Amino acid sequence: MASPGDIREKLKKKRRALQETLAKNSDEDDIQALVPSTKMSKGKLQTTKQQELQSSEEDPGETLKRSFRAQRERKKRLLQKSSAQETHEDDGVEEVLSVQHHNEDEESAEKATTHSRPPTGSLRGHSSKTLHSPGSQHLDSFVTRRLEQRLKAARSRGETLQEREVPLEPPSRLQGLRDRDTVTRFDPEVDPDRAGRHDAPLSLGTRVKFREAARRTEKGIPTAEEAYNFFTFSFEPEPEVSSKKTRRKRQKQKKTEGEDEDEEEEEEAAEEQEEEDAEGDNQDEIEDHGEEAPLVRDEGEDLFVIEQSSYDFLEMRKAEYVGYKKLVQRDSEILFKPSFRTVPTSVKLPVNMKPRYLEDEGLYVGERPPVSLTNENILENRILKMEEGKKWFGDDGRIMALPDPIKESSTRPPLFQMEEDLDPALQTVYRKALKSKYANLYISGAADPEGDYQLDVDVSGLIFSHHPLFSREHVLGANIAQLYDQYLTRQHNNLTGHLTDKLHGLRSALRNMLNIHGGQSLSQAMQQRISEYSLEVRNTRQLRDSEQEKDRTLLKNIVKVWKEIKALRDFQKYTNTPYKLFLRRENVDRETDEQEYEDEILAEMRELEAESEEDYQRKLAEYKRQLEEWKLWRRKQRAKKKKKKKKTKGQSQDDTEEEDEDQDVSESEGPAEDEPSKPEPPDKPEFDFIEQQVREKASRIRRKPGEAILIPDLSASGNITATELCPRAEIARREDVARRSLFAKILYNDKEVSRTDSRALNSDFRVHFGQIFNLKIVNCPQSINLQVFEEVGTSSSLLAQVFIPVPEPTVLTGGAPVEEFEFSSNQRVMFDHEGVGSDVPLSFEADGSNKQTLLTSGKMSCCVSWGLGEDDVPLAPPLLQQPGGRHSGLDHFDAVTYIGASGLYDMKKIGEWATQSRLDPNDPKNASIMQLLKVARSGEVTAPDYFRLEQLQEEFNFVTDEELERSKRFRLLRLRNQEVAEFRNYKCVPALEREVTDKVFQDYEKRLKEGEIIDTKEHLDSHRALVAKYLQKIRESVINRFLLAKHHYLLSDVVIEEEIPSIGILGLNLFKLAEPKRPLKPQRKERKKVTAQNLSDGDIKLLINILRAYDIPVRRPQSNKPGQTSQTVIQASDWLLNQVQVRPFVEVSFQRTVLQTTTADGPNPCWNEELQLPFSAPNGDYSAASLQSVKDEVFINIFDEVIFETGVNDKDKGKSIHTRVEKHWLGSVKIPFSTIYSQSRIDGTFKVNTPAVLLGYSKERSHSSTSGYDISRSLSEGTFITLFITIEPQLVPGESIREKFDSQEDERLLQASERFEREAAQGYPDRPCITTIIDLNGKTVFITRYIRPLNPPQVLLDEFPNNPQEATALVARFVSLIPSLPDRVSFSGVCDLWSTCDQFLTLLAGDEEEHAVLLCNYFLSMGKKAWLIIGTAIPEGPTAYVLTHEQNRYLIWNPSSSQFYGQYDTFCPLQTVGCLVNADNVWFNIQEYTSPMTMIFDTTKANLWKPFFSRSFSHPGLSSVQPEELVYRRIDKAAAAELQDRIEKILKEKIMEWRPRHPTRWNRYCTTTLKQFLPKLELSGGRDMTEGHRLELQSLLGDNRISGFPLNLPFSEIRPIEEAVYSTGVHNVHASNVEFALAVYVHPYPNNVFSVWVYLASLVRT
Amino acid sequence: MATSNPTVFLLTVNGQIEGANFPEYDNLYCKYCFVYGNDWAPTSGLEEGITQIASKSVQSSHKLIWNFPLETTFKSTNPSGWPRLVVSVYGPDMFGNDVVRGYGATHIPITPGQHTRTISMFVPAPTWRLQKFMSWLTGRRPEYTDPKVVAQGEGREVTRVCSQGFVTVSFHIMTKDMKKLGYDTGPSGPANAQSFTSGLSTEEQ
Repeated sequence: MASPGDIREKLKKKRRALQETLAKNSDEDDIQALVPSTKMSKGKLQTTKQQELQSSEEDPGETLKRSFRAQRERKKRLLQKSSAQETHEDDGVEEVLSVQHHNEDEESAEKATTHSRPPTGSLRGHSSKTLHSPGSQHLDSFVTRRLEQRLKAARSRGETLQEREVPLEPPSRLQGLRDRDTVTRFDPEVDPDRAGRHDAPLSLGTRVKFREAARRTEKGIPTAEEAYNFFTFSFEPEPEVSSKKTRRKRQKQKKTEGEDEDEEEEEEAAEEQEEEDAEGDNQDEIEDHGEEAPLVRDEGEDLFVIEQSSYDFLEMRKAEYVGYKKLVQRDSEILFKPSFRTVPTSVKLPVNMKPRYLEDEGLYVGERPPVSLTNENILENRILKMEEGKKWFGDDGRIMALPDPIKESSTRPPLFQMEEDLDPALQTVYRKALKSKYANLYISGAADPEGDYQLDVDVSGLIFSHHPLFSREHVLGANIAQLYDQYLTRQHNNLTGHLTDKLHGLRSALRNMLNIHGGQSLSQAMQQRISEYSLEVRNTRQLRDSEQEKDRTLLKNIVKVWKEIKALRDFQKYTNTPYKLFLRRENVDRETDEQEYEDEILAEMRELEAESEEDYQRKLAEYKRQLEEWKLWRRKQRAKKKKKKKKTKGQSQDDTEEEDEDQDVSESEGPAEDEPSKPEPPDKPEFDFIEQQVREKASRIRRKPGEAILIPDLSASGNITATELCPRAEIARREDVARRSLFAKILYNDKEVSRTDSRALNSDFRVHFGQIFNLKIVNCPQSINLQVFEEVGTSSSLLAQVFIPVPEPTVLTGGAPVEEFEFSSNQRVMFDHEGVGSDVPLSFEADGSNKQTLLTSGKMSCCVSWGLGEDDVPLAPPLLQQPGGRHSGLDHFDAVTYIGASGLYDMKKIGEWATQSRLDPNDPKNASIMQLLKVARSGEVTAPDYFRLEQLQEEFNFVTDEELERSKRFRLLRLRNQEVAEFRNYKCVPALEREVTDKVFQDYEKRLKEGEIIDTKEHLDSHRALVAKYLQKIRESVINRFLLAKHHYLLSDVVIEEEIPSIGILGLNLFKLAEPKRPLKPQRKERKKVTAQNLSDGDIKLLINILRAYDIPVRRPQSNKPGQTSQTVIQASDWLLNQVQVRPFVEVSFQRTVLQTTTADGPNPCWNEELQLPFSAPNGDYSAASLQSVKDEVFINIFDEVIFETGVNDKDKGKSIHTRVEKHWLGSVKIPFSTIYSQSRIDGTFKVNTPAVLLGYSKERSHSSTSGYDISRSLSEGTFITLFITIEPQLVPGESIREKFDSQEDERLLQASERFEREAAQGYPDRPCITTIIDLNGKTVFITRYIRPLNPPQVLLDEFPNNPQEATALVARFVSLIPSLPDRVSFSGVCDLWSTCDQFLTLLAGDEEEHAVLLCNYFLSMGKKAWLIIGTAIPEGPTAYVLTHEQNRYLIWNPSSSQFYGQYDTFCPLQTVGCLVNADNVWFNIQEYTSPMTMIFDTTKANLWKPFFSRSFSHPGLSSVQPEELVYRRIDKAAAAELQDRIEKILKEKIMEWRPRHPTRWNRYCTTTLKQFLPKLELSGGRDMTEGHRLELQSLLGDNRISGFPLNLPFSEIRPIEEAVYSTGVHNVHASNVEFALAVYVHPYPNNVFSVWVYLASLVRT
Repeated sequence: MATSNPTVFLLTVNGQIEGANFPEYDNLYCKYCFVYGNDWAPTSGLEEGITQIASKSVQSSHKLIWNFPLETTFKSTNPSGWPRLVVSVYGPDMFGNDVVRGYGATHIPITPGQHTRTISMFVPAPTWRLQKFMSWLTGRRPEYTDPKVVAQGEGREVTRVCSQGFVTVSFHIMTKDMKKLGYDTGPSGPANAQSFTSGLSTEEQ
């Protein structure tokens, strides 16, 4: 219906109308200028009403604004005051106005006094009339109606009051007002108001000051005219409004309850109306049009002052946001800003739909809640942006909405009343703040009225057992009283009687038992019982005796003390205490008494005799046993001695001497051998002595037979001597006593809650309070404490404290007995009168001996219990949580838990304890223990003789251990947890037992079994199979060690932290800044290393950059031979024409991925190509350990691409030529992946492994060796290739094991070596330095121990007896034929283990180091000067070479290839020399260069080589770990022949397998020919085959085009041979008429070292 | 389907990284990942994620809001290696270097229902003063080589850390077939009521 805007519009209209009428009225008022204030107040009356309407709903902003204004106004007023121009009147009026309103609010009657003039009434009528013309709008009419009603009510009240008060009020009202002293009353009203506002918003205050200052400059000081205007109501609009605002605020403060009028229309209406009214008062027609204009402007100006400054500030910052646009742009992609433009209806509706208006169709549509159009548009835009946004729109294209839920009329009646007639139910009630409670201390429910708990503390009195004011007599009196008390209690308990009865009973029972069975053979049980009974009798008797003794001594003591008292009384001649002791005598019959006495003694004697007899028997038995033992020992001893004698007899000694010696020996050896002493027989018991003892005891503890029984009787009936009769000191004491009085404070939870009256101390030192205190408690009772105070005059001192336990909830008043609580105090008190004092030594003896020190002590008798309410409801809390520690709580536990708790879970002990303590088996308390004992006895569950920590463990076990063992799932889990290799990363162990298949364990179990069975099939050689096993075992142990070490972390493993750069590095970095950004010769930079954990298949690539090759063999023209065909002639001419010597390309194969470069021309090709090979780790496990154990190798093969024309197609002559491309293997380089991984990059020139004979090819050198620059190259033979290999991304090589291995080396040596290595690493980080190594047992060994001359196989030496050169070469070849297996691979790269030479020869597998050590040792034994070089080489990285010094030149030997290089050989693979090692010392290279070419190998020069053992630290003479001599197994020719056949067979099969689609034909003739060559090749060591060989072959095979080569390999396994053959690609010849020839030759060397030759050739018949 | 005798149980984690309370830092973002044992496999949803950069609002200071949803389903055969959520918070330091502001981890709640976890965050502390200064200067603070370290017990003894702030994560956990496989993680009677009331109380807050 009507929007709020409409309503406001209408209200405005109405208000204007109202204003006009008011203006008219004020015009009238202008004429009657005498009474201006009344009119104004009338206007204000209206406003106040309306304000009331809305003041409750004023929003905080409005209030703030108003408060500003009010403040401003006040300041202005102050200014005006100071301006000294008619300020007084001004103020007067102002204040009066304020006061009026103040009064109005408070009392309407007084308000009415201001409305004394009749015109007001007419005015009211008029205004109400205008208000009466209501708008047609419903809401409007509602508002107006309400305003009307209120006005009416006020008016009628005002009118009636006027009528009443008009006559009373004098016409000159203004004056009266001025005279009133309300001004003074008003001031305090304002001040707090202002003060409060000032300290709340401090910052506001400053802002206001700003504004104020601005205003002042604008407005200046009010003039006289202003003042006059003010007086005559022609105010400036602004101050008027603001003054009103102050008032309104004040009213608001007074308002106590808010009126619940939510309708903002109404509020707006009220406010606006009020404002209009105010303006109406001002009679300013011009101002009417822009009602709020001055206000707004004013506000705007004021704000502007502030905004200006802040705006400036913002402008300064704007420069920072230059890049902001970009950000906004980017944000705009993510963020969505809905526009506020109206969305066309067509968008909101489904396509081809017309909006449908239900209202037009006559259906009822509720009124929609008012939402501003902008917001609605924004919402619509936002919704449309979303998917399915259209469903939010209704058919009419508007957002679906429910009807407005806000009720048009308030459901709650508005409160218009003034304060006094407010409904009392609605009055605000003031309550005092409640203190917060400590929840945990309160008894639950104590706070509510029902749950009040009451503790009754009954303090009845106290008795001192000692007091400082006691006289000596008092002390004795207290003593005797105490003794008597004791006597009485004893008498009451009558323990002696009980025990005596028990004893009698037991005795008779025993007697009966004996009588019945009368010495017959007693059953076991009976005997047991008898012994038990007699034991019991004995115990009881002893108990009774002690009780009797106590009785007797007590009686004696009483009598003694009484005598002392009497003596004292006699001595001091007065009596202080009323005690009197009577001893009553009870005569007994002498006869019976004596009889009893004698009987008793007899019985006791009998028992004692029996006991001692028994004891004697036992002892005797013991003695006999011991004697027996002793005798046995004696006999043994003698036998021993005899033996000894027999021995010594042989050494010519007489019998007599022996005899003597025997004794001597026995005497001398006796004590030494701890001979058991001969036991003493026990003494017979003496019965006379027993009787004497018994009688003595009886006379001591029992009354004499016939003696009367004395019964003491203590009474307090004696007279106390009157004070006058006493000596002075006593009088003083008594006076002192009389002066004292006592009271007790009651402390509840350490707070004093009450105290007793103070009572005087009586002469008998008893105080009676007899008071009951009812404590109403809220807090949990923690402690109840009674403090006893002693008062002397006015001063009081704390005498003692008595702690009283909190009663159980069941202890209730009336039923609780009065208890006595002992207390004592250790205060030291001394008197100069008769009082004995406290803590003072005191003696009753004449000589002052036997002193005793008495402390003030006494008994407080009191009673604490829970009170009873009305109807006997106990006022106790339901359950008190007992504060821990109060009760020990042990008594709550039964014995079993107690014993178990203290860790005494020992059946035996419990049993003993139970029998000893004679537990009552029928007592339910003991039921559990009895049951336990029964179980223990019956089931013969002998108590375990071990201590059990977890006694209940078995009950917590799910299943038995066997079942757990049987469970496959648990086994799987356990194996995985143990990190067994097969299960290390086993994923998803099945949840259920049945899903775990046995298959899972197959491999594992197989491996476990394999320990025994040797699989020769795989290894072709039983020996090698054994070795493989052994290696496997070592590997496992190392890996286990490694796994352990892997769980030790260093900070650097877990946390990446920047290293602190040293000064040097900082300097370098600075230097780097000056480097050219793009240098002319770019160098490879370090890349960021990637840890291998988040990698997956395909992430890792092997980059192989093939740069160039040198000296590739070239094709040999087959021209000058007889029998050549025409075609070869053509070929030869081709070659001559095209100068094609060779067309090589490189093929790289890795993990069966093969890539190749383009084909280049000539023997020195340059490819410069990068090949990328994908890498996938085994099982997708990219951990460092796994990567290191990758055994794959990269094969880099050089092939020659040969193109043959297969002939011209006859039909289309000259048009198409068919060619066939063949690739001929020329040589290969193989690099293990592990090397690449550990080196992270490999860069260098490698010697290509070329076959000794390459059929059809020859070195270029043979043709063109004339070129001069090749001199250096020609020094070395062979083909070379330059490569760069790396892994992308760069992987972090695994850390070597950090575990410190134990060692048998001297600690000093170890430290020195550590220091040496550290210094080397610091000075020359790139030079490897090794001083200690780890042997196969995992122990650290000093390196020089490995070097020792060792004999090479004699067979090898015999081969060339006269040619040491040849012999050396052969030895080197032997060493190189031992298969190489990098430690990195075998031990997952965790560490480098060095095996000794014999181990190495047994294992027949080892690293470069082992080869080098062996070679070095051989050389040493052959009389050469040899060293071990620790350095780096390509491609293997850190390695060991051998250096020999021969004929004034140094030779460097590569032990794994048997190649040697001169020191100045450019193609020497050794790149860096770190240190040299021989048997005596280690030298570290401290020369400038590391390359062998630029080095001097003279270790005597100290400035070039740093020795480990120097003069300061000399060689300690380390023995070698190597054996003295190596024993070789003889050459096994038969095995070699067998192996040869097998390899041949397998290879042939393999080649056929690799050619699945082509028939493979074998040329037998060729094969046999080749076979003959191979032994020759072996003999020549694979070097430099003569041309003759080729020629021979050529001649044999005539017109076949033959290409082939022999391969030589050390033998380890069959697989590497297969790989090598495969990589040559011979099988890939697909010509139809191709034939193959394969010859295998295995040359045996000592110790099962085999050299395998494979001759491979393809023949194409041409 | 073989619903009657399941072989795996499923754990669905819904929820969100609600926000963080890092009083000193602003403009932070958060990375999260799950760490779980060998017997666990995520079947759907993201295992790792990175939130937007959030900055503090003027009104409610100290509170960074990400409201980054988590939704992952795991399947497993074994409660051992129960998934843990690792959050690591990063943000620029005063020189604009992106540095780590905190690591934290929490187990995914075991009981089904709604849970809110406040994870206390920490960063490894520099080993010594100079390091601290240098790391401040260069903007390369010590970091864990792998944030997953914070979800594991191994190797933590070598590190020193200092606390930083809090990250609040809410979880809605659903499980399937756990009971059938013999794992009863469901809340018992009174605990259920308690969690219910605690849920209410958090809502009230």
